[in-house]
Amino acid sequence: MQDSGINVLFMGSNFLRLLEGLCVTLRISLISVILSIPLGIFFGIFMTLKNPFSKAISRIYLEFIRIMPQLVLLFIAYFGVTRAFGWSLSADVSATVVFVLWGTAEMGDLVRGALISIPKNQYDSAFALGMTKAQTFIHIVVPQTFRRLIPLTINLTTRMIKTTSLVVLIGITEVLKVGKQIIDANRFEYPSAALWVYGVIFLLYFLACWPISVMAKKLEKRWG
Amino acid sequence: MQLNWGFMEKYLPMYIDAAILTVKIAFGGILFSLITGFICAIVRYYKIPILNGIAIVYIELSRNTPLLVQLFFLYFGLPKIGVVLSAEACAIIGVTFLGGSYMAESIRSGFESIDKVQLESAASLDLGPWLTMKEVVFPQAIAVSVPGICANVIFLIKETSVVSGIALADLMYVTKDLIGLYYETDEALLMLVIFYLIILLPISIIASVLERRLRYAGFGD
Repeated sequence: MQDSGINVLFMGSNFLRLLEGLCVTLRISLISVILSIPLGIFFGIFMTLKNPFSKAISRIYLEFIRIMPQLVLLFIAYFGVTRAFGWSLSADVSATVVFVLWGTAEMGDLVRGALISIPKNQYDSAFALGMTKAQTFIHIVVPQTFRRLIPLTINLTTRMIKTTSLVVLIGITEVLKVGKQIIDANRFEYPSAALWVYGVIFLLYFLACWPISVMAKKLEKRWG
Repeated sequence: MQLNWGFMEKYLPMYIDAAILTVKIAFGGILFSLITGFICAIVRYYKIPILNGIAIVYIELSRNTPLLVQLFFLYFGLPKIGVVLSAEACAIIGVTFLGGSYMAESIRSGFESIDKVQLESAASLDLGPWLTMKEVVFPQAIAVSVPGICANVIFLIKETSVVSGIALADLMYVTKDLIGLYYETDEALLMLVIFYLIILLPISIIASVLERRLRYAGFGD
């Protein structure tokens, strides 16, 4: 029975279990994105401050988070923090913390880019019309940065979903782990299960990310 | 925090071997993804029938799936239909599959930045497609593409950290191994961070220098 490995997917609740596994990573990425957006907006505004001290701090934070592979950050949070401070964070919590820290840095950089892309004469014109700083920010700056940021934020979401696939390497039972369990359980009856299971996981990730990417591209075209 | 220097000294050679493996996979992957990316960019730019469709499907598939899942499919899935590859070959193919699409988009954005007038002028000089690409489009496009390509290079080196998932003894793998064996967590993680900094910092600095220089070399307007 060379090519019957596909049957494994329809046995019992296997397919449902895979979907549940995918939901574990999707949930982590969704929570991280939702937390990263407000934090990233604050961080982005913080980065545009002229204060040299705040500039240095935000720069070091951004560069460190950016240059380290996310898996290294996960290892530091999961293995290192436990050891150094004696907090024993669960894998879920440390993954969420890492992805929020990473998302905040990325989102902050996007916000900063959008903020500094507004030409100075717009501020001058607003002040010339007698608007206060707050009014300028609400009526002039926010609407323009908002449009620029929405597609970029949606893109960040797909990156987050793809990156959260790493959590299997710190022992979270997500879709790849469930896939492995299914393959191991059917090793003798369906030796070719691995091909189908990992193929389906590949497609599931694609189906999760692709619509979001398409939406981002459309919005970018319309508002760009 | 008391660091165990003896431990770090003892396992330094392991880290060096692991770093060499990381660099090797990254180098192979980046080289092949540049080639793949260039081919895809040409196909997409000239809208070569059929191939253009294939390139679009490939780019979307590769950009919307994580490298770890691609690697699992290559390493655990493909042997079931008789395609048995070594872990190292899988890693390089995986990085190429992922990086090719990112490189293609960066290179294509360079091509697209060339004004149509220039192509028409080249055609009126009877340059032909090969010479137009070689003498007109490519030299200008590359200046536009380089910042994107550099960002992709850094991104791909970082992505190679997941090859530990298919049992390659890279930096992540060695670190996890040592943490599991000796509980010298601080030391192992510190070495991990230092080794990634040694690999990534110079490249990141070169990239930002290159970007600044190329911005000067604006052609046309």
